Amino acid sequence: MDSTTFVKPTLDYFHLWPILVVLGVAALGVVVEAFVPRARRFATQTVLALAGLVAALVGTVLVGLDLTEVGDGAARGLLTAGGTLVIDGPAVFLWGLVLIFAVGGVLLFAERRLEGGVSAFAGQAAALPGTEAERQAQGLDHTEVYPLMMFAVAGMMIFPTAGDLLTMFVALEVLSLPLYLLCGLARRRRLLSQEAAMKYFLLGAFSSGFFLYGVALVYGFAGSMDLAAIDQAVRADTGNHTLLAIGMGLLAVGLLFKVGAVPFQSWTPDVYQGAPTAVTAFMAAGTKIAAFGAILRLFYVGFGSDRWTWQPMLWVVAILTMVVGAVLAISQSDVKRMLAYSSIAHTGFLLTGVLGVQTSAELADGQVTSLQAILFYLTTYGFSMVAAFAIVTLVRDSGGEATAFDRWAGLGRRSPWVAGAFAFLLLSMAGIPLTGGFVGKWAVFTVAFSAGAWPVVLVAIFSSVVAIYFYVRHIRLMFFTAPTADSAAVVAPSLLTSATIAVGVLATVLLGIVPGPVLDLAGHAGEFIR
Amino acid sequence: MSDFPWLTVLVLVPLVGSVAVALLPLPAAQAKQAGLAVSVVTLALAAAVAAQFDVEGGMQLTETHDWISAFGVHYALGVDGLGLLLILLTAVLVPLVLLAAWSDTDQPLGPDGEDETTRQGSGRAFVAWTLALEALSLAVFAATDVFLFYVVFEATLIPAYFLVGGFGREGRSAAALKFLMFQLAGGLVLLASVIGLYVVSAQQGSPSYLLSDLEQLDIGTEAGRWLFLGFFIAFAVKAPLFPVHTWLADTTERATPATSVLLVCVLDKIGTFGMLRFCLGLFPEASQWATPVVVALALVSIVYGALIAIGQDDLLRLIGLTSLSHFGFITLGIFVLNTQGGSGAVLYMVNHGLGTAALFLAAGFVIRRRGTTLISQMGGVEKVTPVLAGLFLVAGLATLGLPGLSTFVSEFLVIIAAFQYQWWVGAIAVTGIVLAAIYVLWMYQRTMTGPTVPALPGTGTGADPDATGSTRTDLTVREGVVLVPLVVGLVLFGFYPGPLLEASNPYVGTLLERVGVTDDAPTVTSPESETPASAEEGS
Repeated sequence: MDSTTFVKPTLDYFHLWPILVVLGVAALGVVVEAFVPRARRFATQTVLALAGLVAALVGTVLVGLDLTEVGDGAARGLLTAGGTLVIDGPAVFLWGLVLIFAVGGVLLFAERRLEGGVSAFAGQAAALPGTEAERQAQGLDHTEVYPLMMFAVAGMMIFPTAGDLLTMFVALEVLSLPLYLLCGLARRRRLLSQEAAMKYFLLGAFSSGFFLYGVALVYGFAGSMDLAAIDQAVRADTGNHTLLAIGMGLLAVGLLFKVGAVPFQSWTPDVYQGAPTAVTAFMAAGTKIAAFGAILRLFYVGFGSDRWTWQPMLWVVAILTMVVGAVLAISQSDVKRMLAYSSIAHTGFLLTGVLGVQTSAELADGQVTSLQAILFYLTTYGFSMVAAFAIVTLVRDSGGEATAFDRWAGLGRRSPWVAGAFAFLLLSMAGIPLTGGFVGKWAVFTVAFSAGAWPVVLVAIFSSVVAIYFYVRHIRLMFFTAPTADSAAVVAPSLLTSATIAVGVLATVLLGIVPGPVLDLAGHAGEFIR
Repeated sequence: MSDFPWLTVLVLVPLVGSVAVALLPLPAAQAKQAGLAVSVVTLALAAAVAAQFDVEGGMQLTETHDWISAFGVHYALGVDGLGLLLILLTAVLVPLVLLAAWSDTDQPLGPDGEDETTRQGSGRAFVAWTLALEALSLAVFAATDVFLFYVVFEATLIPAYFLVGGFGREGRSAAALKFLMFQLAGGLVLLASVIGLYVVSAQQGSPSYLLSDLEQLDIGTEAGRWLFLGFFIAFAVKAPLFPVHTWLADTTERATPATSVLLVCVLDKIGTFGMLRFCLGLFPEASQWATPVVVALALVSIVYGALIAIGQDDLLRLIGLTSLSHFGFITLGIFVLNTQGGSGAVLYMVNHGLGTAALFLAAGFVIRRRGTTLISQMGGVEKVTPVLAGLFLVAGLATLGLPGLSTFVSEFLVIIAAFQYQWWVGAIAVTGIVLAAIYVLWMYQRTMTGPTVPALPGTGTGADPDATGSTRTDLTVREGVVLVPLVVGLVLFGFYPGPLLEASNPYVGTLLERVGVTDDAPTVTSPESETPASAEEGS
């Protein structure tokens, strides 16, 4: 890949198929919006999105089976599109996760029974809250959300696949812009929703700016955007190391913002709370998976040989993220905000796993690798988050979802199944054994411990104790507190939401009891291509 | 026959029973019968396991399968002398607990600030959670893979949490939260050590969590001490030991007596069980290093637990605190590191299970009649219900270690061992017995003797809450079936502790050989002197 002469990039269509089909469906969705009559749009868009995702999922499996070994055999896959896309084991694994949770997202998006025949999205986003126009749009359905979501999914798939910084930036924007919009489309509590979208957009735009500046500085150091070329430049250590360090830091700001790490977490609770819950579910799982994929690729591949520069930074960020996430979650009084802070704490645990990077020479035969641990953690995290937010959509009163804590009092008495499922998901997030969350936590703690980051692990364990407190407090609220007159009730959902919840809970159980297959799959994904 | 997965079946029967009771829409009465049947079947299986057990055979009935190969984790079960005794104890106690709580779940025990409507159908939940707790506890005692042990060790807390939080008195949900937070905090400290073991194991070849593999590991002195600390802190919270015991009294005060039996007599044994199996078994050097501190904590627990027990006015709180003193004795026996102490501690674990269970359940029956848990509001119970009062007295005497009852044997062994370790340690431990006499006898005096309180059933004003329709106010048949086996066990093992010692001695011998203690089991002038205490030295 000589960057001085122009080489026509070759596109490996078979391996790009999953991305292309999602992008194609997204574009097709826009066309559908324009040409299909309003009455038929909902069905068309839903089926189209689901079909596209399933086709992409099938493609992902085929691509995963087809990857061939490169180099010394530690990694499998290929570079395509002139080296800008690296389709390797971890990337394909992450595609699979994003697509699975996107299917869950579409099912939640399409839920119409809870709101009495309409979806959870504003009928007419442009109508001002409280106006006549809004009332007229009451019965309408916003079907643009499906193409928007498909674009975001495509961005999430490209993000961890990007082999150079510019592609990574483009993917970052492709996944972010639709999400900013989706956050502002809630049917109920529209001002809160619009505020969330505004905050997310402003802060997200800033962080993108940081990322872009970091790209420029790293280019100044390495003379290339390409991660492999950056890796070589870092190894040779010929350029200005200060430039590299600052560039690295700025890139990290952009990425850590997306995963909601402290001190870039302040958007998370507001956005998670304000966004339509279906969007929150999809975003919480998908964005985190994609952004962690990008973080891993950037730091392991691009800056892998300069671990000593970025690891201290991540130590501090990981510790702060866990502690702040867990401690602030205690003072919350809203389920969605609590889950948002819990997701911040999970970001910290995942970063602990990122610190567990070791070269293969340092690892014993058959020892679990940090990549394997993080991929597994992302899997269990995604399933439990999507299912938990899906359950949040069920607990309602006349004003829509009732997310304040006191409305959940005694839910276990009235709806033992729903409350039981939610309690189980909370226990998984708390990392109680026999749930997927425990195995994930064990894995990331182990790799970090093994790499010598034991102080971070001790902080992680301390934060887990704190986190258990607020999870269990919520279980106590649901089961051991008497219901009050204004306790919310569970509204029976359609099959769409039920299926999402059932799959999420079942996956969390299975990942806790037989984690072997998924762990092996994550191990089989191998290393990134360097 | 030997290929039959006895232990897996033993764990699965109550587990499946629990799920079935939880899911099938049985009425509460049938759920209780089904639960009782399942627990009796489990007891029969445990007896079958005991029948095949060879006391000199070490770890047996082993089953090993790969579970999570990426972590070196196995599904591995097996029993040795220690595991067998605790499995039997668990299997015996659970049916009795279910029987004792037969009508608890229909009517609340004492004042319950919350709503009564929730009581409907909660009998089923109680049975389901109890069976789940039994299954997980059995798995804990049979696990021979550290990861598997950790998983079930932590998982026991969930049924325990729901048992404390769902049944019992006002303030139970706060007590349950406190209980769970303490236990999980301890559990997470243990997690750090479990992870540390993996790292050490990975550094020395391929990672494995099998106990037999870990025992071969050469854990460095410093690493060993750190890992030991993690294990010990978790087990000290569990047991409980002095500075981390504060959850105990709150929990037993708020929970039902039946739940307290499960917690104190079964679940807390995991703490001392873990000290023996993991602290001593995996970190012999660190155990010797820690002995002085642990012994000091054990002594504080013995004396402090007994002293604050004396001052309690709540019957259930008092009984809970006596266990702090008892667990001090068990820990002392374990950490003085000689064979008498070890055997005494193992015996103590069983006898404490029987004695304290009897005391808790008898107290529960008294409280049910009286309608209060406050000692100061009782009095004269023995005139109305002489049989119940008598059994209560026997259980109380067992708690204070009266000769002729089984607890005496174990307490005696531990104290002899303590004297061998340091004379003053023994001297301090002996004060625990004196204090025990005070709290037990004074409690008996205040509750059972004296003028009969008017509110007692049979004296006119009190209604019999044990609404079986009968006019009996003394021990009912059901209550008798619960208490008599426990009391028989206490008396039997008081005069004939041979079977218990036979099961525990070889285990303790091999364990202490690992620790490097080679005191050749000096002859003991106590009822078990004829048992071959030195037989294990040759093997």
